[in-house]
Amino acid sequence: MRKRVWSSVLLLVLSLSLILAGCGSNNGGTAPASSGAETASGTSSSGSSDNGSEIKVGILHSLSGTMAISEKSVHDAELMAIEEINAKGGVLGKKLVPVIEDGASDWPTFAEKARKLISEDKVATVFGGWTSASRKAMLPVFEEMNGLLWYPVQYEGLESSPNIFYTGATTNQQIVPAVTWLLENRGKKCYLLGSDYVFPRTANKIIKEQLKAEGGELAGEEYTPLGHTDYSTIISKIQQADPDVVFNTLNGDSNVAFFKQLRDAGITAQDMTTLSVSVAEEEIRGIGADVLEGHLAAWNYYQTTDTPENKTFVENYKAKYGADRVTADPIEAGYTAVYLWAAAVEKAGSTDIAAVKEAAKGLEWSAPEGKVTIDGENQHIYKPVRIGEVQADGQFKELWSTGEAVKPDPYLKGYDWAASLSSGR
Amino acid sequence: MQLRTLTPQRIYILIGYAVAATALFCAPLYLNDFRLNLLAKFLAFAIVALGLDLIWGYTGILSLGHGVFFGLGAYAMAMYLKLEASGGRLPDFMEWSGLASLPLFWKPFESFGFAVAAGLLIPALLALFLGYFTFRNRIKGVYFTILTQALVIITTTLFIGQQALTGGTNGLTGFSTLFGTPLAGEGMKHTLYYVTAVLLIAAFVLCRFIVKSRFGKVLRAVRDGENRARFIGYNPAVYQMVVFSISGALAGLAGMLFVLHVGIISPSMMGIVPSIEMVLWVAIGGRGTLVGAALGAILMNAAKSVFSENYPDAWLFFLGLLFVIVVVFLPKGLVGLFSRITFRKREESEEHEAAAAISHPAVRAGNG
Repeated sequence: MRKRVWSSVLLLVLSLSLILAGCGSNNGGTAPASSGAETASGTSSSGSSDNGSEIKVGILHSLSGTMAISEKSVHDAELMAIEEINAKGGVLGKKLVPVIEDGASDWPTFAEKARKLISEDKVATVFGGWTSASRKAMLPVFEEMNGLLWYPVQYEGLESSPNIFYTGATTNQQIVPAVTWLLENRGKKCYLLGSDYVFPRTANKIIKEQLKAEGGELAGEEYTPLGHTDYSTIISKIQQADPDVVFNTLNGDSNVAFFKQLRDAGITAQDMTTLSVSVAEEEIRGIGADVLEGHLAAWNYYQTTDTPENKTFVENYKAKYGADRVTADPIEAGYTAVYLWAAAVEKAGSTDIAAVKEAAKGLEWSAPEGKVTIDGENQHIYKPVRIGEVQADGQFKELWSTGEAVKPDPYLKGYDWAASLSSGR
Repeated sequence: MQLRTLTPQRIYILIGYAVAATALFCAPLYLNDFRLNLLAKFLAFAIVALGLDLIWGYTGILSLGHGVFFGLGAYAMAMYLKLEASGGRLPDFMEWSGLASLPLFWKPFESFGFAVAAGLLIPALLALFLGYFTFRNRIKGVYFTILTQALVIITTTLFIGQQALTGGTNGLTGFSTLFGTPLAGEGMKHTLYYVTAVLLIAAFVLCRFIVKSRFGKVLRAVRDGENRARFIGYNPAVYQMVVFSISGALAGLAGMLFVLHVGIISPSMMGIVPSIEMVLWVAIGGRGTLVGAALGAILMNAAKSVFSENYPDAWLFFLGLLFVIVVVFLPKGLVGLFSRITFRKREESEEHEAAAAISHPAVRAGNG
């Protein structure tokens, strides 16, 4: 009988805690980045965060979990851009205040935090995401609540949300030109190796169509689970197939295992070309430059990219976060995203999302990778494409580049062979 | 059950339940839409916790595979929503995965009734199936737990691998309407919240009924002395299978609600980590008490949200610290803390612990 008394006490506590959870987090929700952000001028225009002398912007990357190692650097670059903009007087004369959330490498968490940033913090825009899965999770939230997301990573294309700006490459700015280049310079026989998730599978689907159209030959196709580390079987399969090129869409830790075991099997970059689309300067640090020397990658930006803007960017990044840090393509794209948004807001004269989107059409900016332009139609950006070779110091040497920025074409409408991929769109 | 007189204790309990129910039903008045949505998600998690408590707390079966049952329910609902959102066309991910037409097994999910039935029955039947081959063969304790982990790995690998059929790692998302009403609307959100609250209360009542019934007494007998129960003439396997199946169905129900509130389901939600997290909610709230399990799920998830919002860089440390404190100082969970504070029934609880330790070492080990 007595047992029941404390269970009723518990129920009381439960109900109290429900109330407290609601109220408490309402107050605490804006900490810590925006401590003291509540300047109560109360003239909020167009329902966004345009309050008084500050504009709140959301930063939503994984700071914990498996993706943290990659996303933390982008998060750092975005904060650096915000700091630089504030040092120059902010946007519309107002200071930018970042509201930081942790996506925790978990897709529903990305959706939850995006919702929180828009509805509770009323941020003017959000910079965030890395994996396609996190973007796909956030997309319905941004569309439903009419928010604005800047997504900084190369991805598989076939998407164009009116509420997202894509500052990383779509397929025709990375994969498609890379395959063409390989077919012209390294041979026709292509082996596809990737992690088993959406980006590699979609990318390889595109590559297979392209090989058919451009006279290439498919030597084999293999997928391994994310985090897979035993590549001995696959390497011997590759040896048997004897391809000219391995097109590598592995992600994360798997690259470490694959390239080390490739070297242990006695295969060097001279014997067989591999081209990776998810190995950048950061990953080289983890895998080891000695292991990767001579292998290829396709990106839009390298730390070695020779522009005056990049020189300053690399210097500032190293000065702020340490001389041992490197910059890489997604880091640069995150940095660029903040500047592009700020420029669009200046042009629009407000943070109102419709106005910002309108102002962003055709907007140009001299990014570290070169001049980029926002495509008004699909909200991707024009980017130059570069193929690089890993050097002994862990940096890339540019072998080839398109020179000028390539127009983004997420649905590959400009390619006849891709008609079946984007059908019905 | 005989009629009881209204003792003061009984009045306290009734007041407790009344206050909890009132707090639940008035939540839309004092929470904004975002918080209400979060609370609704926590309530869905509480339903899983109730189911887990039935098998772990009352029957002594530790399942680290409830993420699968949760996920199956969630996918059933998500498939219905995805088809509705696609409006007769092929869902977007199938299109880019190269399917030309809707796979046969997706077709029935155009019906809401079928989706709900599948969301409840598929997890229940899977649990029954697994239970049939394990409990009947007297596989129990750690071995059963390992099997449930294997089930998790098999299922997540399958769902990730079959991208064209399941959406792969991205999972299913991008839903728009339910019965033609936008999911985003305020009215819809409130309705879904109330549906969840009512279902949680219904699940609670059901579990309470099970626990208090003769069936529930046999469950506890099986937990405390499976062989003794068998010698008396009960077949423990049947009881274990039935309760495991009910527990799976509750997880499926929670999964369906989760999808309606969160708008996405991916294989990561049915993986090993969420499956273990679910057990943690029960352990932290208080195993073997239904209120404790539900409370644990709600409070742990609320803590997770609040910590991560306020300390995005360090929230995991706080959460970890909380786990350590509960495991080290509150072996009986939060409920145990309250019982100690309220009554200081030390001798009695020690007696219980000793008895539990003798009769069920595996479960005690699971509790840390």
